[in-house]
Amino acid sequence: MKFISRVTAAIAIVTFTTATLPAQSTDKTITATLPKIVKIFGAGGVKNLHAYGSGFLVSPEGHIATVWSHVLDTNSDDVTVVLADGRRFEAQILGAEPQLDLAVLKLNAEGLELPYFDLDKQVGTASAGTRIRGFSNMFKVATGDEPVSVLHGVIAAKTKLTARRGAFEVPYDGPVYVVDAITNNPGAGGGVITSRDGKLLGMIGKELRNSKNNTWINYAIPVPELTETIRQIISGDFTPRENKPGDDNPNRYNPLDFGLVLVPDVLFRTPAYVDTLVLGSPAAKAGLKPEDLVLFVNDELVHSCRMLKSELGHLEAGDTLRLIVRRGSKLVTVEMQVVGKEKQ
Amino acid sequence: MRHPKHKQTTARKLVPIRTSSMQVIRNTIITALVLATTMAPAADQSVLDAQKRRVEVVEKAAPSVVAIFAAGGKGGGSGVLISPDGYALTNFHVTRGAGTFMKCGLNDGLLYDAVIVGIDPTGDVALIKMLGRDDFPHAPLGDSDKLKAGDWAFAMGNPFLLATNFRPTVTYGIVSGVHRYQYPAGTFLEYADCIQIDTSINPGNSGGPLFNDDGELVGINGRGSFEKRGRVNSGAGYAISINQIKYFMDHLRSGRVVDHATLGATVATRDDGSVVVGNILDESEAYRRGLRIDDEIVTFGGRSIRSVNQFKNVLGVYPKGWKLPLVYRADGKRQTTYVRLRALHRASELTPKKKKKKPPVRPKGKPGKKPVPGKKPIPIPHPGGAPAAQAPAKYKHMFVKKEGYTNYYFNTLERSRTLKGMAALGDFSKATGIWKLAGKTKAGDNYQFTLSADEATLALGQAGRHSQPFDGSDLQDEPRGTGGLLVAMHHLRLLATNPKRKFTEFFYLGSEPLDGRGEQVDVIIATLNEGRSRLYFSKQTGALVGLDTALGDDVDACELRFSNLKDFGGRKLPSSIVVRRSGAEDFATFQIEKAELSPAGE
Repeated sequence: MKFISRVTAAIAIVTFTTATLPAQSTDKTITATLPKIVKIFGAGGVKNLHAYGSGFLVSPEGHIATVWSHVLDTNSDDVTVVLADGRRFEAQILGAEPQLDLAVLKLNAEGLELPYFDLDKQVGTASAGTRIRGFSNMFKVATGDEPVSVLHGVIAAKTKLTARRGAFEVPYDGPVYVVDAITNNPGAGGGVITSRDGKLLGMIGKELRNSKNNTWINYAIPVPELTETIRQIISGDFTPRENKPGDDNPNRYNPLDFGLVLVPDVLFRTPAYVDTLVLGSPAAKAGLKPEDLVLFVNDELVHSCRMLKSELGHLEAGDTLRLIVRRGSKLVTVEMQVVGKEKQ
Repeated sequence: MRHPKHKQTTARKLVPIRTSSMQVIRNTIITALVLATTMAPAADQSVLDAQKRRVEVVEKAAPSVVAIFAAGGKGGGSGVLISPDGYALTNFHVTRGAGTFMKCGLNDGLLYDAVIVGIDPTGDVALIKMLGRDDFPHAPLGDSDKLKAGDWAFAMGNPFLLATNFRPTVTYGIVSGVHRYQYPAGTFLEYADCIQIDTSINPGNSGGPLFNDDGELVGINGRGSFEKRGRVNSGAGYAISINQIKYFMDHLRSGRVVDHATLGATVATRDDGSVVVGNILDESEAYRRGLRIDDEIVTFGGRSIRSVNQFKNVLGVYPKGWKLPLVYRADGKRQTTYVRLRALHRASELTPKKKKKKPPVRPKGKPGKKPVPGKKPIPIPHPGGAPAAQAPAKYKHMFVKKEGYTNYYFNTLERSRTLKGMAALGDFSKATGIWKLAGKTKAGDNYQFTLSADEATLALGQAGRHSQPFDGSDLQDEPRGTGGLLVAMHHLRLLATNPKRKFTEFFYLGSEPLDGRGEQVDVIIATLNEGRSRLYFSKQTGALVGLDTALGDDVDACELRFSNLKDFGGRKLPSSIVVRRSGAEDFATFQIEKAELSPAGE
């Protein structure tokens, strides 16, 4: 019943918030938050890839936290940042942590004294039911000194983006706030959600589409998940985690390591059919047959050759590899041991 | 390679797995919600009060919301009543294709006939009139300039045409941004100075009202940012501000196809953030008032200009022909002037006959934003293009087709109403002979106007005699520097006697603030040969307060301003006429002491 008591608490918070924060204070928090949000312009502009994004100031000197996206994927300091007052700056990418979908920029200017979110004092956490405001430059509606867009909503859940290599292709696997406002639009990534009293709660993530059912999720990464890395990047003692930017697939194993030869991967989602098997290979010994269709890898649904390869790439020596395949109208489960490559 | 059919079967078989897992998630959420509801402690009184108030506001607003159905049941949209006699606002793109007569449902469950009145294709606004009652429920107009980000805003209307009983759907949200500029999206629909909302706006909401928290009408919902998620709400909807519509209201009531305006100059933002003139048409009034390339625009329409979008926001909310204050800086010197806005389109672009014309190219400033994709180009309107056969017999007379008009019937209505201000001066219908008006100017010079059908003359002090014959010879700026005072006086005489017969063009335009800063006046346009007059009638009193006459396009007009009505043998004339050329100092003030208005033949 832990869950129920948490929900009750959330309701109590909502009621309390409404009662003690009349409309005026919400206006004030909006007025106070808008100058801390910036518009970011960088790479993109090709079909369906927007060349703009949002970010938020985390220091008076002009450090900006934003989402790590293709917008920042430029060769040099091509990233332009437009402040709420319309001032334009070039910015350099100080550091990025792709596993958190986070990048930190620094404006190329000295002696700035800008409004910012104090990561020590102005960050909060919230649970389901909390009313929020979303701030971002979605659809690039605002240019120059025009304030970014404000949305309202409620935190629907604090949860994990599950099946990260299945439904939502995203490297970040920590908790997220799922909100009922349509916050995650083109260019909204790097914006923020705040509580109604202006506490910084989360950074709006990139647009995320569930590739299976073509739905979109609106979520934000809780800022406490990011603060340590933001501080490290600013202070200069940051080393990215093991995986390299954009490299979610360690490629430790490939199908051939198990003697699996798949059909040629010609489509975006080529079904993971077994074409042939290497004689005497672990897969052959485990009883796989040509024309088997691989459905699950260690209980992870795979719907393409590519995903199968990605799943195998994540294996480590000593793991058990369990495949569920469809053969004719039957489902067949096979298991094999993952052995160290040097021993093969 | 496998047979494609084989793969498809496989894919279909996978579906149940996905659905069942989704089902589990959904059930979990529902369970959580149910628990949350049942476990909630008694809500705070202020929350209940706020909710009660919201329900009351919605209930009060609902009767004014219109569900519009196109003739023949082809599509539809929403609208909102704004007057007890049935005037209602909607989007132009809702009425386009809906025919001249349409069916409109209200939340009383009844279906009413409605007729098109006027359209503003550029601003995507249309005015219709619902028929059959003089006590329609209607929404009070709010002040959209008072809105700010975070304000509650609710939309009502007929999204997805759900309401078969005409009861409007309510969606609630907040203002996401104000003074937004949305480029024409492959069409000439331009949303300038509009309101951005996160209130859910979907197809069918088009033309429906956006209300503020007090239930006042603050906008007309009409557009959304739709990208890859289909044509449904994506968190960014746009409403045309009611303040813009207020500027256009009388223009729309005129039954015309109403046009927007351009300054005749393009602007660009400099690195220092100032907005400067990038290019300017020599024939524009702005040019004649001294504006040149590289001059800095300081304020326009009373708003300070710090970006191209702000400039476009001002320009986009006024009808063509309005005068707006302009403050600019040239060579470091600040200049203040008033500029009459030029038409954004040629008349032929707004009312094509058969061939579809290309949308006009708008003078571009610095490219800032791309059009919002996803909107299909909308063709240029064909006013009255729909079959007239569908007109209900009872109301058939309420639609009159005429080129350049959406519905000429309403122009004749408004023109008659306005001309009562002329009739109030007395019966001039017999005074078709020679008019002699004499007295002293304010400067002390004696003068006499002699006006007849063939000639207008002015004898003024020592300066001598000025004359303008009307035998087909060119109209002239006489006396020099007035812009054509004698032609203006001739028009005044014609207007007083028998205007409908004399003028080639004689229609009600709409209303505007006199000289860009004075009282709101109704405007009648009267054209004869090259001379084009604008008559101004006070909206408040109905009195004739001014007359501008221009001797052609793109030249400064002669402006006459009337005051101190005096009785001259049973007819009233202004005893004081201030005369000046547009943008210039006063030429003279004529004080009429004697007026002889002869009947015909004398």
